[in-house]
Amino acid sequence: MSEKQSSAWSPSSREIQRRKSRRAISRKQAGIAAASSIFVLGTLLVILVTSPGWETVKATFFDIEYGKEVFPTVIKGLWINLQLTFIGGAAIGVIALGLALLRTTKSPALTPFRFLATAYVDIFRGAPLILIILLVGFGVPALGLRGVSSNVIFLGTVAVVLTYSAYVAEVIRSGILSIHPSQRAAARSLGLTSGQTMRFVVLPQAIRRVVPPLLNDFVSLLKDTGLVSILGVTDAVRAAQINASRTFNYTPYVVAAILFLLITIPMTRYTDRAIRQRTSAQNSEGSI
Amino acid sequence: MSNVLELVNVRKSFGSELVLKDLSLSVPEHTATVLIGASGSGKSTLLRCINLLESIDDGQIFLDGEEISDPLINVDDVRRRLGLVFQSFNLFPHKTVLENITLSPIKVHGKSKDEANSHAMHLLKRFDLADKADQYPDRLSGGQQQRVAIIRSLAVSPRLLLLDEVTSALDPVLVNEVLSAVRDLKSDGMTMVLATHEMGFATQVADEVCFLESGNIVERGTADQVLHNPQNPKTKEFLKRVHQAGRL
Repeated sequence: MSEKQSSAWSPSSREIQRRKSRRAISRKQAGIAAASSIFVLGTLLVILVTSPGWETVKATFFDIEYGKEVFPTVIKGLWINLQLTFIGGAAIGVIALGLALLRTTKSPALTPFRFLATAYVDIFRGAPLILIILLVGFGVPALGLRGVSSNVIFLGTVAVVLTYSAYVAEVIRSGILSIHPSQRAAARSLGLTSGQTMRFVVLPQAIRRVVPPLLNDFVSLLKDTGLVSILGVTDAVRAAQINASRTFNYTPYVVAAILFLLITIPMTRYTDRAIRQRTSAQNSEGSI
Repeated sequence: MSNVLELVNVRKSFGSELVLKDLSLSVPEHTATVLIGASGSGKSTLLRCINLLESIDDGQIFLDGEEISDPLINVDDVRRRLGLVFQSFNLFPHKTVLENITLSPIKVHGKSKDEANSHAMHLLKRFDLADKADQYPDRLSGGQQQRVAIIRSLAVSPRLLLLDEVTSALDPVLVNEVLSAVRDLKSDGMTMVLATHEMGFATQVADEVCFLESGNIVERGTADQVLHNPQNPKTKEFLKRVHQAGRL
C-alpha cells in the first residue's frame, strides 16, 4: 500500500552530494581490488614460470598439441561420467527419499525397516566411497550370483548410489526435521492423516529448504563418479590415465581436470546463488 | 438442548505437573464457551486435548455423545469434525491462501476441486479476503493471516470450532478484524470454545464464561456474572490484575 513516488520529485542537493560520494567510494574500492588482484596473481605467475622445473612441467603437463590429440578420448570418457551422474542421481533421489521417510516415520509396522534404514545410513555414510566401489566392484562378481550383472559400469554405479543415497537421505531427513511441529499440528487438526501431512505439508517445505545442499551433493557426485575408474571403467579419469601412461606425458590429466571444472564451476556458482537467494528471502533484515 | 461437547473429570499431566484437574464442561449446540485465566492455567492444553493432539490421563470426552477419549477411536475421523485455530496462525507457507483453505476439503473430505474452490471463495468474500486468494500467507498482515486460518477451519463445516487465543499475536488494530470475524460466526450459530485474554470480547460472545485456575474451572456462569460480579476470590484477583493492565 506504499504511496507511488510523485513524478515531480527530484533529489535534493544533499542527496546529489551523497550519490557523488558513494560513486567516489565505489571507484576507489574497485581500484584497490584491481591492484590487489594484479599483484597477487602476477606474483604467483612469476613464481611459477621462474621456478627451476617450469620448462619440464610445461612440456609434460601443458603440451597443447598432445592435449588436442587426447581430447576426443577424454571427452568420450566424460560422457560416461555424465551418464553415471544423471542415472545414478535419479536412483539416489528415489532411494534417499525412501530412507529419509523411513527414518522419520513413527508407524509401528515399519519398525524393522526404520531400524534397517538407520543401519544402512550409518554404514554407507561412514565408509569411504572408494572402499565401497572396490567391495561392490570385485566382491559382487566373486559371489557368482546368477542374474547379477558383472558389468563394471553397472557395479560402479551401484556403489556410488549406495553411498550417496545415504548422504542425501540425511540431508532430506534434516529438512523434514526442520519443519516446525506446529505445521504438523495444523495439518492433523484439519483431519489429514500422518501420511497426507507428510506428503502435502511437511515434505514440500522440507525439499524446498534442502535444495541448495542437494545441489552441492550433485556436484560432488559428478566428481566422485571419477572414482569408478579404479574398476577399469573408461571414464574421463581412466581415459586420461591410459594416455598418460602410454607417453609419460601428463597433459591428459590436465585436460580431464579442465573438463570437469567446465561443468562443476557453473554448477557451484548456481548453487551459491540459490543459497544466497534463500538466505536473503528468509532474512528480511537484509544482507549485512 | 443437546451437548456438542461434554468433558467429564478430565485429567492431564505433563510429567509430574498436573495441568488439568478433574475438569468437567458441557458445551450445548450453538453456544460459545469462553475460557479465561492466566497463562499456564490450562486453557490451551484443554483445547489440544479436545482436538486429540494431546491424550488425557483420566476422564472422558464426548463429541455428539460419542466418546472420543477412547484410544480405539479413529482420531482423523474425530478431527474432521472439529476446527482448531491457533494463536500463531500456522498457515502453510508453501501454499496460497486458496490452497490452504481447500487442502482439507479436497484431500480429507473428498470434495472436487471446483466445489472446494467455490466454497472457499464464498468464505473469502464474506471475510473481505477475496483479493488475497492467490497470495502466499507471508504477504498478508497478521490479522489477515488469522482470518484465513479461521476460514481454513470453517471450510470443512466443523461441528465445533476451537479458538486458542487467536488474537494474542496481533496488534490492537488487527485484533478487531479477527474478533469481528468470530462474532459473525457466533451469530451464524457456530458452536465454539474459545480461550482468550480479550475480556470485552468475551462479554460480547460468551454464553458461558469459565475461569480456569491451575487446571480447574473455579468459577463459571454468564459473562456478566463471572466478569462483572465474580464470587470466587481467585477470579476477583485475576480480574483485578486484568483491570490494572487496562484490558477490561
